[in-house]
Amino acid sequence: MDTLVLLLITGLGLGALYFLVASGLSLIYGLMGVLNFAHGAFLTIAAFLGWEAGRRISDGTWTGLAISALVGILVGATVAVLTEVLIIRRLYERHIEQALVTVGISLAAVALFEGIWGTDPIYTDRPAWLTQTTEILGARIPNDRFLLIACAALVLGGIVLFLRRTRYGLIIRAGVENRHMVTALGIDVRRSFTLVFAIGGAAAGLGGVLASVYYGYVSAHLGSVLLIFAFIVTVIGGLGSLTGAAIASVLVAVLQQFANFYLGGTGDLVVVVLLAAVLLIRPRGLMGKAA
Amino acid sequence: MSGPVADEPILSVRNLYGRIAGQQVVEDVSFDVPATGVTALLGRNGVGKTSTIKSILGLIDRTGEVRLAGERIDRAPTHRIVQRGVAYVPEDREVFGSLTVAENLRLAERDRSPRRELVASLFPDLEARREQRAGTLSGGQQQMVSLARALVNENRLLLVDEPTKGLAPRIVDEVADALAEAARTAPILLVEQNLLVVRRLAERVVVLSSGRVVFTGPAEELLDDHDRVQRFLGVHDEREAA
Repeated sequence: MDTLVLLLITGLGLGALYFLVASGLSLIYGLMGVLNFAHGAFLTIAAFLGWEAGRRISDGTWTGLAISALVGILVGATVAVLTEVLIIRRLYERHIEQALVTVGISLAAVALFEGIWGTDPIYTDRPAWLTQTTEILGARIPNDRFLLIACAALVLGGIVLFLRRTRYGLIIRAGVENRHMVTALGIDVRRSFTLVFAIGGAAAGLGGVLASVYYGYVSAHLGSVLLIFAFIVTVIGGLGSLTGAAIASVLVAVLQQFANFYLGGTGDLVVVVLLAAVLLIRPRGLMGKAA
Repeated sequence: MSGPVADEPILSVRNLYGRIAGQQVVEDVSFDVPATGVTALLGRNGVGKTSTIKSILGLIDRTGEVRLAGERIDRAPTHRIVQRGVAYVPEDREVFGSLTVAENLRLAERDRSPRRELVASLFPDLEARREQRAGTLSGGQQQMVSLARALVNENRLLLVDEPTKGLAPRIVDEVADALAEAARTAPILLVEQNLLVVRRLAERVVVLSSGRVVFTGPAEELLDDHDRVQRFLGVHDEREAA
């Protein structure tokens, strides 16, 4: 029982990380049809700069972590907006060019980060509570999992409120369904594109800082590793569906944890098999719109 | 919003060409839409009526000259054209199925004083369904939402594409009633296959064939000439096309 609880809550924590990356990917694809391979770079730069800011002000404390998170969110949003305004905006409807450019950005970004911070992971100090455990039903759960789950729940709730209660949220929901018709109602949908990049970048930025808490280090490859699983989650959840991304994040991460424990470390393989099964049986994903 | 001077067309289209995926779908189309009443854009299936409407709005690649009340709009993006008072009711309605009726209407509101009372009086059924998702409505109700989205703002021109397509006869009458009412508020360029509806609503017609204009004139002149109706539209009489 204690193993089940540990795997489940660890899976939820990892799922929270996946969701923070996948939420932006899903919204960006849903509204603009852009598969943004540079999303991992937003996460990594936010993790590095968040860590740099946090450690300089108050290393290994809650204050330092809060500053890291704030800087990470701002950096993620800023870099995402700059990417959209300077590069992606010129390439709307040109999907191959978008993929090539965003892949190029992600590769160049890793090289840049390695040049600045080196190729080895840099281990980070965390508040003491996050390095401890809490016992639940006999399982000793690392406390950082609770932080991750709480942050992802807050982000999910915040995005849902934004989408449901604001005019821009309404435009984005309509745009995900039919952006040409939104334009035909006299709305400049491109402003929403920038906003969605900012939201996605901010979530990825927070994800970067929390990933450094979860893994205990920052590295130039942090974003690349999480991006792969975030894409898998986005496809399984249904491209463009925030709810789908949330459900698939939990499903994929929990499955990964259980497979790693019970099937001899085959978590990644099982996730890829699940992806293949979803693509074959339900290509639009769990909650994506029909083609 | 200032209106056009007397006799000046609200919409003037000159040498309009439209392309979809590199293929020419509108070819050298020129016509005027008067500042009052309903002008029907007719032609057989596939001649480019919908593409002409989309070209005017900039929804597809186009070249040529399009003027709204004398002002060129052919270089403006779609949302700017709509903001200048050109409302669009697309073929197949294109309501946002995951949004409620109220959200569909709220999204369309661009004026400070949207005409909610007019919409409520024209489409009382929608008032009762405000919180229903538009995707769960019948085809006729979805058409009402699509028309309501256009009529909720003050417009200088309505572009209405096949509003009665696929609807039951009773609903066709309701849609025609709504369009007749709408025509009191703004001129309409109407794409319509149902010639009974055209006869009821339109004062003028523009007929396209192979992407070009082959007839412009009073609606009755065309509809009373069975040879022309047969030649241009491929039907023998209005009931056949209804």
